[in-house]
Parts: sequence; structure tokens; C-alpha cells
Amino acid sequence: MKKLKLVMVGNGMAGVRTLEELLKLTPELYDITVFGAEPHANYNRILLSPVLTGEQTLPEIMLNDVDWYAEHGITLHLGKEVVEIDRGRRIVRAADGTEAEYDRLLLATGSNPFILPVPGKELDGVVTFRDIHDVNTMIDAAANHRHAVVIGGGLLGLEAANGLSVRGMKVTVVHLGEWLLDRQLDRTAAAMLQDTLQERGLSFLLQKQTAELVAGSNGRVASVRFKDGDEVPADLVVMAVGIRPNFNLAEQSGIYCDRGIVVNDFMQTFDPRVYAVGECVSHRGVSYGLVAPLFDMAKVVANHLANFGIARYVPAATSTKLKVTGVDLFSAGNFMGGDGHEEITLSDPVGGIYKKLIVKDDKLVGACLYGDTADGGWYFRLIREGHAIHEMREQLMLGEGAIGDTGHQGQNRAMGMSDDAEVCGCNGVCKGSIVKAIQEKGLFTVDEVKKHTKAASSCGSCTGLVEQILINCVGGAADVKPKSEKAICGCTDLNHGQVRQAIRERHLTSLADTFTALDWRSVDGCSSCRPAINYYLISSWPGEAKDDPQSRFINERVHANIQKDGTYSVIPRMWGGVTNPSELRRIADVADKYDIPMVKVTGGQRIDLLGVKKEDLPKVWADLNMPSGHAYGKSLRTVKTCVGSEFCRFGTQDSTQMGIDLEKDLFGMWSPAKVKLAVSGCPRNCAESGIKDVGIIGVDSGWELYIGGNGGIKTEVAEFLCKVKTHDEVMVYSGAFLQLYREEAFYLERTVHYLHRVGMEYIKQRVLEDEVGRNELYARLKFALSFEQDPWAERTKGGVARHEFAPLSIETVTA
Amino acid sequence: MSRNWKTICQLNDIPAQGARVLKREDGDDIAIFRTIDDQVFALVDKCPHKGGPLSQGIVSGRTVTCPLHNWNIDLATGEACAPDEGCSGHIPVKLEAGAIFLALD
Repeated sequence: MKKLKLVMVGNGMAGVRTLEELLKLTPELYDITVFGAEPHANYNRILLSPVLTGEQTLPEIMLNDVDWYAEHGITLHLGKEVVEIDRGRRIVRAADGTEAEYDRLLLATGSNPFILPVPGKELDGVVTFRDIHDVNTMIDAAANHRHAVVIGGGLLGLEAANGLSVRGMKVTVVHLGEWLLDRQLDRTAAAMLQDTLQERGLSFLLQKQTAELVAGSNGRVASVRFKDGDEVPADLVVMAVGIRPNFNLAEQSGIYCDRGIVVNDFMQTFDPRVYAVGECVSHRGVSYGLVAPLFDMAKVVANHLANFGIARYVPAATSTKLKVTGVDLFSAGNFMGGDGHEEITLSDPVGGIYKKLIVKDDKLVGACLYGDTADGGWYFRLIREGHAIHEMREQLMLGEGAIGDTGHQGQNRAMGMSDDAEVCGCNGVCKGSIVKAIQEKGLFTVDEVKKHTKAASSCGSCTGLVEQILINCVGGAADVKPKSEKAICGCTDLNHGQVRQAIRERHLTSLADTFTALDWRSVDGCSSCRPAINYYLISSWPGEAKDDPQSRFINERVHANIQKDGTYSVIPRMWGGVTNPSELRRIADVADKYDIPMVKVTGGQRIDLLGVKKEDLPKVWADLNMPSGHAYGKSLRTVKTCVGSEFCRFGTQDSTQMGIDLEKDLFGMWSPAKVKLAVSGCPRNCAESGIKDVGIIGVDSGWELYIGGNGGIKTEVAEFLCKVKTHDEVMVYSGAFLQLYREEAFYLERTVHYLHRVGMEYIKQRVLEDEVGRNELYARLKFALSFEQDPWAERTKGGVARHEFAPLSIETVTA
Repeated sequence: MSRNWKTICQLNDIPAQGARVLKREDGDDIAIFRTIDDQVFALVDKCPHKGGPLSQGIVSGRTVTCPLHNWNIDLATGEACAPDEGCSGHIPVKLEAGAIFLALD
């Protein structure tokens, strides 16, 4: 088939990101031609500030060099400005006469800096802060001149001022508004920022309106004169008073524009062959200048250009970050508040910390942080996800403590860490390597950082730190979407929630059906999505959807835990942690017979046989003659118990028996992530119920149930769910909560994260208040478990999956 | 030059999207993979990263994901997928009349 012709006018971040997304979806559909007015390939415009300060160089901020275009067969016209679109003949024409035909046209013309209409605006020494040319002009000026005036106290203006100051100029920032960054900060935070910048040598003139730029004897700008008659010397004037969408070309070509190229939710203009993306568009009357929304648009356009036709652009809350080294500032959403909004503030002017949170209708809608932005990512997630916050309102200001406790010396603020400080304790990755990868490879998401550096790719406890480093490096362009909004993997644009919903609503019962029905981009998925979907299928349609062993991680496929040398560990189940001499003798005999190199007691009150050869597994299981402990699965692990009232002089309840009964009740339960329980017989809590997914504590008058605890990466204390009186109630309430978790959590989401996502109130409503619903949840759990058998017995007695355990050998030899 | 082809097993001895291991006394183990569309590949059963047994990984498309640290390895070439770097040796393999042959020298 003949390829369609796609022409893109504009060669900036939004446009090229669109091409990248498009090539991912359909590499062969188009012959692509790109026109860029600048003589450079695609660079990271957000990082012009560090180039100005000298912290980075131009080659370091290139996102796509000319080789990238060549590798993808894209015709690139650099330094050619398109001046005409002939929509009738579907041709674009550049100023030098170069023409290109199109079947589809993508306008990515970006924006122009706004130039104040004052006398002297065209003088030598007057620049904007928009592209590489501007930065070079500013660097030259800094080398040869003394006084700089930056007009505009917004993000860009302050970054320009800081850069010029670092390069030795005496800088005055002129701002029309009452305070700096009036679109990002409230007055209090802005005042603190101004103090900090003044200490660094910057001067500020607020509420000053520029009247004229005055020329010196050499024809170069010499001073700035204000409406009130004041005048300051200026050898360089930087205009940073905002940007305007660049839609001249579109408007001249008869495409409907209204302060931007008007597009619908599919990023299509009034001419259906013409799409637009980036700062040049006006979507529902709004134009955007931050990178995150532009990248979201890029995904949408690519989806439609690829003929998928299912994406819509929906504006989401945005966050900003000032890239001035040593100044920590973060704002997101509606941080100014107003009618019907509540404010929570923390102000410590001496300590240099200010935080303001804006709450509306029981939801966090905005945040403005100065001095300590460690929790910016968490607040941003809360804003995007729109959770009810009344349960955590008292702690909201104190932050999430989002960062794991382990592996990085308790550090929780990336800003203060030195380059050689270890961020990822699993893979030994230090901060400097992460920063370097982000800058050199042009990374925008935590997933990309994981891939390139391995940081946060194992236990994940440092994900919050990595997120902070990413935000520090690329500011608002950092893609820190919560898991609920992220695509499952590269095979689809759908997120976990959407896939789950589709499986339930469309009654999908196999992986193949799911991939077809949901337009998976790969034939048979990948190692990320297959285990997730397999779980969603079997948990949604127990008895109907068939478990696919090939879509399970090796541990769940062979029912043992793979070790670094390729051997396996075997942990037989000991109900409630109780064993007997006969079991112990069998374990000892097995260890001798199969030369098992290590026998170890686990934290879950059972015994681990480590170093078992794979081919020995079925024989080991047969000789043990004990059920699987599922110590390898996203499943019920152990129910830890204390001695309880049967022996203990303090015990109030028979916790041991309760543990055994729960473990038998839940045997064989697959879940989104591992599930651990504990039962203690009195409030001394010797079984450590406070750090379990479901923790039960016996008291004299009954049983207390706690949920969402976690003793691992980040210690999380379980939250009180309810108190019940009887043994049967413990079974039903615990089971109902676990079934709710099984039905609604995302794959690999632990109970604590599920609990935080949906909120305790919701769980109480489903499990406590709705009696019918509770019993139905428990009944569904029992129904699902009715299909489960002991996997070890199936493999030793029933011969299931025999091929897994028998190696091949060479049979015959042919010439 | 004719290769020294050796019969190893039948296609149906390997589950689709799965692998079997050929144990050798005098060399590394070899992992033989079968993809969803019944293509067959053979690699040295050692991930270039930390030597993980690739035969135990999840097979999808034409890659296998190492069970130890999730490196993705191209089944045809043994090369690690970007941004990781490294290579597991691949072994010539052919499928004839439902039987799998390896060229072992």
C-alpha cells in the first residue's frame, strides 16, 4: 500500500513527541516531512535555563538529533519557515520555495514571546528568552556588559535573571504584578522567594510599568524608563512577559483560530485533514505553555493519526517548578483558592518553609510549597486522583512520608542529596547517575529512569526520591502520573482500571480475547501485561477463565521460588505456624536425601528449604507430603500466630486456632499482590498484627480487625477496621475485605496502597455497613476458592505440568 | 557445509510461549523456546546480565524476559533489548515435520 504523506510544520517538543508516539503506534503508515524554522533539531526548551547558567550545554539538552530523523526516514527541513498552506491542493510552501504535499498536516507552530509595544523594543540588546539564539545572545551580553533588566517576574523571567546573575551581570527584575510568580505562588511564598533571590544579589522593581527602552550613543539599549519617570541602566533587556500562541500561518490559511488554533478534543482543526498540537492550539478556549499537557496532547494526536481513533484530550491539573538551583518551589492545581475553598497553611519564615494546601468539597485541589517540596509529588497525585481527604486531613500537611524507610539512610529529600549519595539501595545507583541519564537521554518518566538506570526497578522504595530528582531536573515536564492513570505497559494505552472494567463488563475470559477486544498492539502481550491480565481474568471469572501458566512468573508457574543460581526454595505450609515431630522428621529426611544446602526458619513461622534443583521439586514435594506454602506467589502467604489462650498466661483468645482456621479458609487464594495475615491473642500483639494486610488482635470481649499493614519496604501500620465478637464474624469480615481487594486492586498493588487509593471510608461502607454486600463478597471469595487445589499435590500425584520439571536430552544424531 | 543437526524433541514437547532446557555435560545448558506462532529459537540458557536461566522467563512476541531482573532478550539474536546491553549466544535451530533440531558443534 502506498504510504500517506504527513507534513509537520514546527519542530519543537510537542510536535516531535507526537511523531515519537506515532512511530510507536504505526511506524510504516506515513512518509513524514518536518519543517523547522530554527536551524537546530529538537531540543529540550525547558532546559534553556541551565544552559544559560552554564550548568548544561546545548548538546546535553538535545532530545532528537538529526540522526534520529534519518533513522526514522523523516525528511527534515531545518531553517525553513513555512509561509503558506494551500489547503485546496494540500501543499505547504516554505519561504525559500521548498514545497511538500500532504495527506494529513500537523501544525506544531508553538508560541511566540510577547513583545511589549514600547518605543525602543527593536534596539540592539533587547531579546526574549525563547530559543537557543536568545540564550547565545544573552551569554554574549553577559561577557561584555554589566547591567541587565529582565521584564517579567514569572518563571521564565526569574530563570533568565538567575542565569544572567550567575554569569556576573547585575540584574534587575521588573514586574507589573504585586508579587513575583503571581501565576504560580501566593503572596507569602513569593515574598520568601524574593528575599532569597535578593540575598543572591538580584534586585526587584514591583508594580512598575515599562514606558520606553532608551538607546545609548552607540545605538544599543542603555536604560529602561518607567511610566512613573524612574529609569534604570540596562545594557541588556530580556522580555519575559509571556507567550502568545503562534497561529498566523493557520489563520492566513483560513483555518479557524481564536487566540490559538481552535481544536476539538481529538486535536483536530476545522479542516479535518489538519491537526494541531502544542502551545499553538486553543482547546476549549485554553492555551497551554507547560510541557505536561502538551505531551498528553501529543499522545491524543498520535492516536488519531494512527487511525486508532479512541483518544480524547482531557485537561488535567498541572504542576510547576522553578528551575533555580537551591530554590525549592512547587505548585500544582488551583493554589490560590477563593470562594468555597478552604486553606490549610504552614508558615515558618525563619526556617524558610511555607506550605499551603487548598481544599474544596473534601478534595485537595491545589498546593503551593516553598522550601520543602518533598511531598509535591504526593499532593499532585491526590489532586489528580480527587480522593476524599477528610480521613487524613489532620496529617495532610505533614506529608505522606512517601519515601521508603530502607536503603537510603532515611534520606527523603532529593534536593539535599549529593551526587554520590545512593538513591537506589537495591541496584546501587547514586543520584549523579540518575541526573546524568535524565539529562543525556532526555527522560521524562520514572519508568524511563528505571529502564536506563535500574534505579527504583527492584523493590521500588526509592521511587519517590527518583520522582523528586526527575521533577528537579525537568520541572513540569516530569510525567508523574499515578498508576491509576498510567497505561499498563507499552502494549496498550489503557490503564489497569480500564482493562479490569472491560474484562468484567464485556465478559472477556481469555488473554487472546482480551488482546483482540482491546486492540492490543502486540500479538501476545509482554511480561508486564500478561501476568496482570491473567490475574484479572481468573479473579473476575473464577471457574470460567482458564489460568494460563505461560502468563505467570516462573515462581507461580512451578510453585517454588527461583534463586539467583537458578535453584528453587521450597516452603511447605504449616497451618498457623504449628508443626509436629512427624513433619519435622520428614523435612529433615528430605533435606538429607536431596542434599539441600540450607534449611532456614522464615519470618512467617515456617521452614524454608533452599537450593533445591528444579527437577527434584516434584520428588521433594512428594516426600514432604505437606501442602504448598504459596511462599512464591501473589497469593495468601502465611497466617502468623502467637501462642494464645491455650498456653499463654496473658492470652485472652485462642489466636493459634483462629490463625489455623483463617489459613485453611483462605488456602489457595490468588491476589493482586502477596497477602499476609496475623492473629494475636491479646493486645501485646506478639504476632505483629499491626504490620499485616489483615491483622487480628484478640481482646477479652472479641476480636479487633486491622487492615493495610506492611512490614516491608516502607513500614505501614495497619488501620483499625472494626471489632467483632465471634469467630465466624472474623472469617466473614476478613474474607469480605480480601475479596474486595481481589476484585478492585490493580495487579501488584498491596493492600496498603489499595486502601490509600480508595479510602478507608469506602472500605467501611462496603465491608461494614452493607451487610448484604459483605456476605456476597465473602460468598464470591468462597466460590473462587472452591476451584483451588493444592498445586504440589496436583503436580506430584496428578502429573500436572510434567514438562516443566523434566530437562531434555539429546536423543539421536543425524548427519 | 552441512551442519551437525541433532534431534532434540518434538515441537509439542514445548508449550507455546514456553521453553525447555537441554542439559549438557560438556557445555552450558541450552534453552529452546517456542513462540505463540510456533517459531522455535535456541539460546545459551544464561542471561548476559547475571547469568539467570532464560528458559524460566516469560516468552512474548520474539523476546524472553529473564526471571531474575527482567532483562528482555531477543530470541533470534540473543541480544538484550535497549537500553540494556549484552548478548546470550544463540544456537542454530530448525523445525522439520514437527521435530526440533539443533546444530551443536
